[in-house]
Formats: sequence, structure tokens, C-alpha cells
Amino acid sequence: MSSSRLSCKRTKRGCPTSPLFGQVLAPASSRRCDLTARELPRNAKTCRTIVGRVPREAQRNKKPDIRLDIRLQDFQARLKTYTRHRITIRSLTALLLLLTALSGSQAQDNADSVLTSDLETSLAPAALPPAPVTELKAFDSKNDHGHSVTLNWRLSPDDGAGKNIVFAYEVYRWVPFFMDSLKSVREKLSQTESAIAELEVFEPPAKHLLNMHREGKPGKGFADSVKFYEDTLAASKRLLPEYRQQVDRLRDERDEGIDRIPSAHTSYPSEGEWRKVGTVVAGESRFENVGVKDKESADYLADNTPYYYRVDAVTVNPAVRSQSDVVGPVRSSGQWFNTGRVPVFVAVMVFGFLTVYFITRAKRGIDLYVRPLAGIDAVDDAIGRATEMGKPILYVLGLGTAADIATIASFTILGRVARRVAEYQTQLIVPCYDPIVMTVAQETVKAGFSDAGRPEAYNEDIVYFVTQSQFAYVAAVNGVMLRQLPATNVYMGRFYAESLILAETGALAGSIQIAGTDEIAQIPFFIVACDFTLIGEELYAASAYLGREPLLLGSLKAQDYAKAAVIALATAGIVAANLDWTWFTTLFRVSR
Amino acid sequence: MRRSTYYAVGIVTALFLLSWLLRGWSLADERPDSYLRAFLVTVSAFLTLAIFSFLYKDNPFYKFAEHLFVGVSAAYWMCLGFWSTIVGNLFPRLSEEVSVFFKQPYQPGAYNIFYWTPVILGLFLLMRLSPKAGWLSRWPLAFIVGTTAGLNFIRYLRSDFIVQVSSTFVPLLGREPFQWQGIGDFLANFDLSATGQFAVLLTNWIIFVGVLCGLIYFFFSREHTGAFGAASRIGIWVLMITFGASFGYTVMGRISLLVGRLTFLFRDWLGWIT
Repeated sequence: MSSSRLSCKRTKRGCPTSPLFGQVLAPASSRRCDLTARELPRNAKTCRTIVGRVPREAQRNKKPDIRLDIRLQDFQARLKTYTRHRITIRSLTALLLLLTALSGSQAQDNADSVLTSDLETSLAPAALPPAPVTELKAFDSKNDHGHSVTLNWRLSPDDGAGKNIVFAYEVYRWVPFFMDSLKSVREKLSQTESAIAELEVFEPPAKHLLNMHREGKPGKGFADSVKFYEDTLAASKRLLPEYRQQVDRLRDERDEGIDRIPSAHTSYPSEGEWRKVGTVVAGESRFENVGVKDKESADYLADNTPYYYRVDAVTVNPAVRSQSDVVGPVRSSGQWFNTGRVPVFVAVMVFGFLTVYFITRAKRGIDLYVRPLAGIDAVDDAIGRATEMGKPILYVLGLGTAADIATIASFTILGRVARRVAEYQTQLIVPCYDPIVMTVAQETVKAGFSDAGRPEAYNEDIVYFVTQSQFAYVAAVNGVMLRQLPATNVYMGRFYAESLILAETGALAGSIQIAGTDEIAQIPFFIVACDFTLIGEELYAASAYLGREPLLLGSLKAQDYAKAAVIALATAGIVAANLDWTWFTTLFRVSR
Repeated sequence: MRRSTYYAVGIVTALFLLSWLLRGWSLADERPDSYLRAFLVTVSAFLTLAIFSFLYKDNPFYKFAEHLFVGVSAAYWMCLGFWSTIVGNLFPRLSEEVSVFFKQPYQPGAYNIFYWTPVILGLFLLMRLSPKAGWLSRWPLAFIVGTTAGLNFIRYLRSDFIVQVSSTFVPLLGREPFQWQGIGDFLANFDLSATGQFAVLLTNWIIFVGVLCGLIYFFFSREHTGAFGAASRIGIWVLMITFGASFGYTVMGRISLLVGRLTFLFRDWLGWIT
């Protein structure tokens, strides 16, 4: 083994930080962990399996492909111990057999066989159970909608130490027998509902085919199936009412059963049994028993129900185990607030306050400066150019939906373009990918024409729907570019793979092109093929710059302050990371 | 159309008919439906070449392929939307009679009064067709834009703000195994490999400086002059380098798409390659 490799005490299931985790490895084999020597110490706090530290010489090893070898040492050690026991047992067995042969008694032989078997059992390592887990605690899982119980415990003294024979922990929950009858009702209900659905779907076409047959228009080869259809329809007519009644009865039964779940659990410890609800590998001391909240599901875990749990420490021989004390009753319930998302709440409050503050300032008439954006300044020039050339302006809103922020920003710019177009009496073309976007765009353009004092110039055909297929839409817009030869193409909104195709075609057609999108992957294509490009947030700023509305200007100013906060926090975070102030970095940890 | 256009269309049609027959004949030993298969492959090849012809200039073949594509896709998406969303998902949750009428299995337990909300809003949207009740169509639009903006606000704040901030917390002076132990130790173990201490520290510094300068570039309420302007210019350089890398990466993906179409033409249609 290379000096750069580390021993790992996790044996059977591999390293939890590795993709191999969970795979049962072959005994005495080795697997390579995906953590490199250089990555390891960074993860060492979470990688609880690491026994040693990276040797200094390994840290300085210049080979980039150094990997840590997770040796299954413990497993091998246990295997050796077990093998030693087996050898001892076999030796004793052989001795007994020899004695038996010397005595020559068949009866004695049988007795010795029994004795051998007993002895083997008693001497096998299986007869030495590990110490049980202690301090088992069960409590309602925090920050969820309920239907979940979390357990934690202190590891068995024989897990990673002592006899070191614990292989896994099995978690058991006490389940009343009543749950079996409820399960059976659910299964019957599901089967009956499926049968009804099949019959209901089968009936109309079968009737239609039989009617055709009776009218003397049988399909090819249909005559042979007539009897089958007639029999099935007759059975369906007879069975459907029965099935429906049965479904109603079973639903009532199921609902009553679900209501009885909490009371059924109060009968602990009688009229029920322990059932396994999960397994965790040795070294782990936490388990979450997560159910679903859908009452119709078989995995439904009722809230406010007294549950009882125990945890078994098991060895490689599943029969050899030790049970913990029983913990309970514990009840699950949902929480109103997810405290793991407090950072998001704080950010919302701060950002909301800044936005309201600056909007109020803007409404008071205080001038909020917005730096000029080249792409937006070019829009007016491009409209003027189109007017002089007597050619139309093509405005593409992209593939986003009406709810995408980029599309919403694009609507504002479209409103401005529409107003200018109406003033200059130039033609505007707006082909749309999404029907909802088309509807909003129609309203926007209509408002733009009205603002310009030329509502009569508005035509419904200015904004039209093409298709919701990406490349078909591109083909259609390309056709417009080459046939109508617009003087200016404006691409504002959300774009995907079509961005380069559109922009290249527009460049071939000799149009002035102005683009803006917040899709990072598409910005490069617009930059190379368009005359002006609004990068990311510039698109949002453009709508505020053009509109000069207090609402937009205030939110733009608030965004700038939010960016300043990001810079300050990032700098503070870097200082914290260098000084190992984990309390600061954990402030930004957000749970799901 | 000009006479030359007719000639071109006639010649191309004849060539593709010939191609169909030859392909069908060559497949006859392999498949019982060889001529049907050959017809579909030939049509696909024709449409592919018709779209490629746009590289030369706009022409009748491209127009034909474009209109066919747009028409078929528009109809396809309309049918898909109706049958999968309205018939497949909505009706079985609302009404047993209607779902049976459309031959869909009714889902009795799935009924929820809130499923009527999209029905009503959808009907409001159709009110655009009525000049008097057209104003009602703005309600669903306001609902869609408002709710999605509100939902996205939280999502973006979490993923683009808080997570982004915490991802910038990188150790500028190194952490184990590259714990900073002075310039002497750094130079003694100087290494230019991608996983060496120098590369790791450089990466962390680029992240820090890149994020800060990139953010400064996107400040809109202050003029970019002086030190602020210099940082902004560094920011735009960082952005442009990123875009360049992204451009190259995406172009490689597009080349693979082109290879896919050429493989279809030369293997499935012409049979020149195996």
C-alpha cells in the first residue's frame, strides 16, 4: 500500500463520502475512495471513517492522481477471528468424532452429533452478541410537515472499538396487527378501482364495435371476436354496479381504519409486533423514519400517534444481535415554520425593506441615477434607421413564459419600442413562441400605440403566435428575417439553443441587432453575432432605465445595495474561512 | 414561379423518387416493409437537406420544410396540450361523466375544488375572443405572472443569493493540505500541476476577485469611473473570458448534432457508411 493511502474503518459498505457507499464489497478486497489525498483533510470533518491523517509526504506528493485506498481491514480482521473460531470448532468436532468411533456405539454417535452441534453453536462467534446501543432517543423531526420521526443513539461499545463486531443497526417500530387489516383493505380497494377503470375504458369502444357489427359493417376479422365482446359487456354490466358498491364500502372501511390508527397504537405492547423500518451502517447513530402524508398511501405515517422504537445492533451473522431499550411514545407533527430557512427570511426582509425604501424615495421625486446602457440607447437609433429605410422591426421575446423575469423585463422594452414605432409609423413584427406571452405582448403593444396617441394604427397581426416547438419557431422567424428583411432585430427575453441560429441569420440579412438575455450560456452567441448585447441583469436594468418608473428605479437601486451586501458578506466570509470561523459560514446554511 | 424553379423541383423530386426505389430495393432482403421504410428514410433525408439548403439562400425547398415543420409542430403541441393536460390530468379529477366520455379512468379520490381554478382562469383567457368581456382575460395573466414571480423570488434569493455568497467563502491563504506555512515553504514545494498548492490558491483568488469585480460591473446606480471603473473593467474581462469558454464548449455540442445528421444521411439514407 502506498504511503499516501489511508486506512478506513468502514468496511462492508465503503466510505460514506464516496459514490461506492452502499455497495457491499467483496471480503478482503479493496476499493479506492474518490477523495484524493489533497481533498481529504477538507472533508475530514464529515468523513467519519477516516482513521488516520494524510501523511506529510503524501500531502507533498506531486502526483495528481493520488487516491486513497479504502482497505477493508476491519472486515478482514473479523473474518480472521471468525475463521479461527471455525478452526477451533472443527478441531473439537473431529476429536469428538474420533472418540465416538473408538466407542463403536451408534447411539453414542448420535448423542455426540447433537453434542457437536450444540458445542458448535455455543462456541461460534455468533453466540457473542455485541453490546446494545444506549441513550436511544426518538423525537418528532424538526422543520417538516410532520409524518416523520427522528432517532439518535450512542453507538454500541462494540462498534469501532471493543469487540468491533457491529455491522449495522436495524431500526424497529412497534406496529399493531390492525395495520395489516388496513393494508389488506387498501389492496382490495386498489384492485377493485383498477378493475372498474378497465371496464369503463373497455365499454364504449366495445359497444361501438358491436353496433357496427349489428348494422352490417363488421371490421375485418371482427366476427370471431363478437362473442367475446358480447360476453365481456354482459359481465361488465353485471359487475360494474357490484364493484362500485364494493369500492364505496371499502373506502368507508379504509377511512374508518385510518381514523383508528392512533388508538390502535395505544394498545402497546399487546396486539402487535416489532417490524423493521430501516437499517443504517455501523458508525451511524441517526435514523429518520419518514412516512408520507397521503392517507391513501401504504407508507402513510399518521401524526399524533404514539410510536415505539428500538434499535438492534447486528453483526455479520444477522441472528446475533442485541436490542436496545424501547423508546416511546413519540408523536410526529408538522411545524408552521422551517427554522432552517431563517437566512432566506432575513434576506427577504432586508431586500424588501430596501426596495420599499427606495421606491418611496423615487416616488418623492428624488432623482435616482442609472448609468447609460449602450444597448438601450441604440434602440432609438435602430428604430430611426428602420423608419428611414422603410423596413420593419422584428422583436423576438424568446422562449420564456410570461412568468419568467427576463420575459417580464422584455415586455417593458417592447412597450417602449411599440411607442416609438407608433410615433415613427414604422412596421413592427412580434412572432411569439408562447400563447400567454403572445396575449401579454398584444396588450403591451396596444398600450404602446395608445401612449403614442395612435391607437388606430394598432393591428392585431403585429403580434402573432407561431408554434411551441423550439426549432420550428426558429425556422419560421428565420424565414421572416430573410423574406421581410427587417432593418432591426431585437432579441430580448429567455433564449436557448436557438440564439445563435437567430442571430446569425439576422447578421446575414444585414439587420442591426440588439440582444439581451439572462441565460448565461446564450450570451456568448449574442455577443459574437449582435451589434449590442445586454448581459444578464442589464436586461432588467434596461426596463427601469427606459421606463423611469419609481417602482422599477427603486427596485434597481435596492438590487445595487443587495450587491453591495454580497460584496461585504463575501469579503467577511473569506476572512472567516481563512480564520476557521465556522459560526459565520454556518449562518448561510439553508436547509431544504 | 419561374420556369427554372419548376425544373429544379422536378429534378429534385425525380432524384428522391429514384433514391426511394433504390433504397427499398436494397432493403428488400432485410425487411418485409422495405419500401415503406425506404420512403420514410427518404422523406427524412429530403427534409434534412431542405433545411440545410438554407445555408445557400432562401429557396422553395426550405420554405416547404419550414411550413411543414411549423404546421405539424403547432398542431402537435395543441393536441398534446389538450389530450395530456386537460383530458389526461384535469377531467379525471373533476368529473366522472366527462372522464368516461373521453375514455379516461376517473380518479375519485383526487377530486379537489381548487382544480376548478384553472378551468375558470382558462375560460377567462378565452374571453379575449369577446370584445365586451375581453378585459377578463387580464385576470389569469395577472395570476400567472404574480404567483410565479412571488415563487421565483424566494427560489432565486436562496440559490442565486445566499448559496452564491456562501460559495465565495474560499480560503485565500490555503487550508489543509495546503495550509499556509510561510513563503519559504510555499516556494520549497512550488508546483504548477492542476492540483498543486499554487493552482488551488490561484483558483481561490480568481473566484474572489472575479465575483467582486463582476458584481461591480453590474452596479447601475453609480458611474464607472476611477477605481470603481477599473474594477468594472476587470469584471467585464472576467465575464468575457467565461463567455469565451462557454462558447467553445457549446459549439462542440453543436458539432456533435451536425455529425448526427450527417451520420443519418450517409448511413441510414445512402448506406455509404456502416
